[in-house]
Amino acid sequence: MEREVVSLYKLPIGKSGRVKMLTANGNIRRRLMDLGLVENTVVEALRKSPSGDPTAYQFRGTVIALRSEEASNIFVHVC
Amino acid sequence: MGLTAQSTWLGALKNEIAFEKFGTDSIIVALVGNPNTGKSTVFNSLTGLKQHTGNWPGKTVTCAEGFYEHKGEEISLVDLPGTYSLLPNSVEEEVARDFICFAKPQCCVVVTDATCLERNLNLVLQVLEITDRAVVCVNLIDEAKRKKIHIDLKKLSHILGVPVVGTNAREQEGLDRLKDEINNISLGKIKASPLKVKYDETIERAIKVIEESLYPLLKGELDSRWAALRLIEEDKRIIDMVNNADNLLSKELLKAALKEAKGILETRYACTDEIRDAIATAIVLKAEEISRATVRFENTHYNELDRKIDDILTSKLFGIPIMLALLGFVFWLTISGANYLSEILAESFFYVEDFLTDLFLYFGVPEWIYGAVVLGVYRTVAWVVSVMLPPMAIFFPLFTLLEDLGYLPRVAFNLDNFFKKAHTHGKQALTMCMGFGCNAAGVVSCRIIDSPRERLIATITNNFVPCNGRFPTLIALSTLFIAGSFGAFQTVIATIAVMVAIVFAVLITLMVSKILSQTILKGLPSTFTLELPPYRKPQFGRILVRSLLDRTIFVLARAALVAAPAGLIIWLMTNTYIDNISILGWCAKFFEPFGRIMGLDGYILLAFFLGLPANEIVIPIIIMSYTASNSLMELETLASLRQLLLANGWTWVTAVCTMIFSLNHFPCGTTLLTIYKETQSIKWTVASFLIPTVTGILLCIVFRLLVSLLGI
Repeated sequence: MEREVVSLYKLPIGKSGRVKMLTANGNIRRRLMDLGLVENTVVEALRKSPSGDPTAYQFRGTVIALRSEEASNIFVHVC
Repeated sequence: MGLTAQSTWLGALKNEIAFEKFGTDSIIVALVGNPNTGKSTVFNSLTGLKQHTGNWPGKTVTCAEGFYEHKGEEISLVDLPGTYSLLPNSVEEEVARDFICFAKPQCCVVVTDATCLERNLNLVLQVLEITDRAVVCVNLIDEAKRKKIHIDLKKLSHILGVPVVGTNAREQEGLDRLKDEINNISLGKIKASPLKVKYDETIERAIKVIEESLYPLLKGELDSRWAALRLIEEDKRIIDMVNNADNLLSKELLKAALKEAKGILETRYACTDEIRDAIATAIVLKAEEISRATVRFENTHYNELDRKIDDILTSKLFGIPIMLALLGFVFWLTISGANYLSEILAESFFYVEDFLTDLFLYFGVPEWIYGAVVLGVYRTVAWVVSVMLPPMAIFFPLFTLLEDLGYLPRVAFNLDNFFKKAHTHGKQALTMCMGFGCNAAGVVSCRIIDSPRERLIATITNNFVPCNGRFPTLIALSTLFIAGSFGAFQTVIATIAVMVAIVFAVLITLMVSKILSQTILKGLPSTFTLELPPYRKPQFGRILVRSLLDRTIFVLARAALVAAPAGLIIWLMTNTYIDNISILGWCAKFFEPFGRIMGLDGYILLAFFLGLPANEIVIPIIIMSYTASNSLMELETLASLRQLLLANGWTWVTAVCTMIFSLNHFPCGTTLLTIYKETQSIKWTVASFLIPTVTGILLCIVFRLLVSLLGI
């Protein structure tokens, strides 16, 4: 079954996704990969900040908050 | 970095990163690790209080060095900045990497967090690529136990090929074994054979080709496999190093090898970015594999409690109100507790002053020396200390407590959107909170912001939030002139007025930050990744020591340093007369027209300038000038202060303008000194002086004009 691909930013809170690709470049890309966001990493959208952005994501056992700019450069298969 | 002029490149690099105070005889051990792994707890537990901090030459990254002795060996432990990776994305990462590569510590201790080992293994694997001399410390092993996370340390050690020690540094558990292993590795008693991450076949072939000609060039000074990898991903720094190498023959060979390697890589990868991805991915996947083999989660919902706490503390409905309430509570405790302590301190200082007076009289010291030393220098320093020490001694431990609990990143999380709109970093919220205690400490805390541009904005604008030294001014003036006629509700109204001032200060900070982002510090927000670490049980004893030593004493020492000469100058100004008017009087006359435009008067404006050493002394200087008494004093009651100010032509407009200027004017001397130390730049220090001052002048003028236009 073909799974829907969305940017991490569009991943609904409480849902998980599997990283398909990053469209960020340079340092941002590097930093995200260093944090463990490589292909097939399962990411769960935990919650939005009370001010609307950033969003907290859980992956590889840690919780990291990403701003919409970073999150929209990460594409995931919705699980 | 200016390497080109150096003939021996490795020597040059070593000099560049050499930390000034390294002991020569002791064994040098480096401590690396992700942020939030309890790395500094490990550092403190190992070294106790035998440590000192310093800046890396030319960089605003601090590094602490500590000492301990174990089984006859003298160990010098260097605490490197917390990093997620050794691929240099930031100054901290560069410093950490350079130290491991070029300072050649005899042993490298990687501190990891047992509750999220997988992410931490990423760094471990990168360290093992550079050095064979490593020990892995799995810290917070008790937290992991509590969360029912089981880690097979033996197996982990077997896979990694280096000693692995489980510790709970807060309770001193496992530290002896850690010290044993550090000795073993440093003295070469154990020959570790660390795991090297294997990359895909194409990259491995390229590595092999480069390594062969790189090896003689490096003369064993650097791991050739690691250096080859960096050349493959076109790391600028390593390329520079090779270009500056002095062995020409190998260099030619290397050039040929690089070309060959490039050909190999091109068969699979279209660009360097793809190669970098492949390398980063291989490391992450290896970490995942090792974690799977060694970590077992008995309870898959181990972080349920943290989530539940976050549900409340960062919820849409309660997140911001809870945060305001918490900060409000901290301020309230600070203000009310500090009043009490200040009084006691002031009394004891005056007691000492009486003693000094007697002493000077006894020895028949000339009056002018007595005046300059006791009434000038001593009294100003005593004033600054008795007003600054208590709020800091209360505020900083409370703040460190919130930090220790893990609450502060949540504040940044809650507020980040406002900062994003100002094109700055969410962590600026934390540096601002710190600024409420003391702007100098706030400026130091800006180090937590990775991106230099955003760090600079946070540094320059930190002074817009009022520190403890300015709260008394705000509170006194709002009580006297705004709440004065409200009788019973006076305190409530005064509190509200101060809260309005704080909100106003935050808005100004955001506005100025935005203006800076669009003008002299142009740029888009850098990557924002903010870890929300698990909540932790704070350690009260350590908090007290750490906040008192690191923050309070640090700030206080600098304040006293600035206050002493200033006290002398102020005393001389009030006691030297020209045509029967003191120099202070003449200066006030000069400032009068400028003061008038801003809704102030010459004395008030002058007091702000003379108050450069510490904002606390602004109101005392105003009082002193009006009463023409010759040294700093405080009036007995607020009512008599009001009478004095009214008699000197104050209205509520004067009070509001003074409050506005108090919120928006140049930072105090201590803060300016700190800004200079942090930025290493006179230009940015001057900017930090001018930007708030100009803002304050404009706001005062606009306010005064508005009032007269509206005819209030």
